[in-house]
Amino acid sequence: MRAFLAIGHGLMRATLVAFGVLFVAGCATLPEDAMELSPDSLKQRQLQTRRVEGIDEKALLAASVGVLQDLGFNVDEAETRLGVIVASKKRSAIDTADIITSSLETLAVEMVFALVFGDDEREGDIHFDVTQKIRICVVTRPALDSSGQPLQDTQVIRVTIQRLVWDDEGNLSREESIEDPKVYQKFFDRLSKSIFLELQAI
Amino acid sequence: MRTRYRLLVMLGAALLCGCVSSIDQVTMTDQSAVQMRSYQQRAFDTADKEQTLRSVIATLQDLNFVLDKADVDLGTVTATKLSGYQLRVTVTVRPRGETQMLVRINAGYDEEVVKDLKFYRDFFTALEKAMFLTAHEVD
Repeated sequence: MRAFLAIGHGLMRATLVAFGVLFVAGCATLPEDAMELSPDSLKQRQLQTRRVEGIDEKALLAASVGVLQDLGFNVDEAETRLGVIVASKKRSAIDTADIITSSLETLAVEMVFALVFGDDEREGDIHFDVTQKIRICVVTRPALDSSGQPLQDTQVIRVTIQRLVWDDEGNLSREESIEDPKVYQKFFDRLSKSIFLELQAI
Repeated sequence: MRTRYRLLVMLGAALLCGCVSSIDQVTMTDQSAVQMRSYQQRAFDTADKEQTLRSVIATLQDLNFVLDKADVDLGTVTATKLSGYQLRVTVTVRPRGETQMLVRINAGYDEEVVKDLKFYRDFFTALEKAMFLTAHEVD
């Protein structure tokens, strides 16, 4: 009887887990505001956009490819007629400061658990970010005057960057847009130098 | 014991999902083409395909997407948004008659087609702003 009950109990648990899996899988819905312009989208646009004068669109795209190469990116896709360049690179995502904080956190949590439950056999479960894929997209367009006509040799350039990060077990740990103004500032600083070189070569 | 649990769980999940071969997913769709197109596409009063594509790209950038591909001849743009989730969209721009451009977007999220109507409405609202034009519903 006891054995029978044990099997019944096991089955019930398995069914519950199965339901749980399906429930979680079925409920992974897209956030409602996925396609809404966020209140800070204007701010983001500003920090990702620059106006460049004295250069035509093709030369600006060439200068941008130059910067991407300087930064070790590989071009995945380009459509000059739309002013589009897409590039990516895989790099280490190991962040020493991050490793120290998460180790200390885990240690602290384990100590609290050991104190409360007297259980000192909990397995440590620390994961570190190890690799990342950085994707960057450069889009140029001719700047327009107040009447909507393209201005001679004046372009607008917008850069957007995102990354995927994997931890030491190969699990995807982060997928995010990069919104740090410093990153964009550095990119544009390099771009101005590259534009200078590009214009000299012409 | 662990393995037996796992087997039972998988069996349970398979039984609950019904008998569908995973290869059927290639041609699987649970809505009619007409129904899908009704909310995925809008017409704009412009004959400029390139400008429309550029507006689509600008809108996608505003919405935090990074492009994957763009082709002006085919009129397609594919882009990905990463924001704690992965969302992939393809937008096509095709001439509709002499005076209009037909813009269609389809989206995939978490191994599923996005069916939320608000999602598509929000996209066209954002695109209208970038185009300075009204999005017309088409039959």
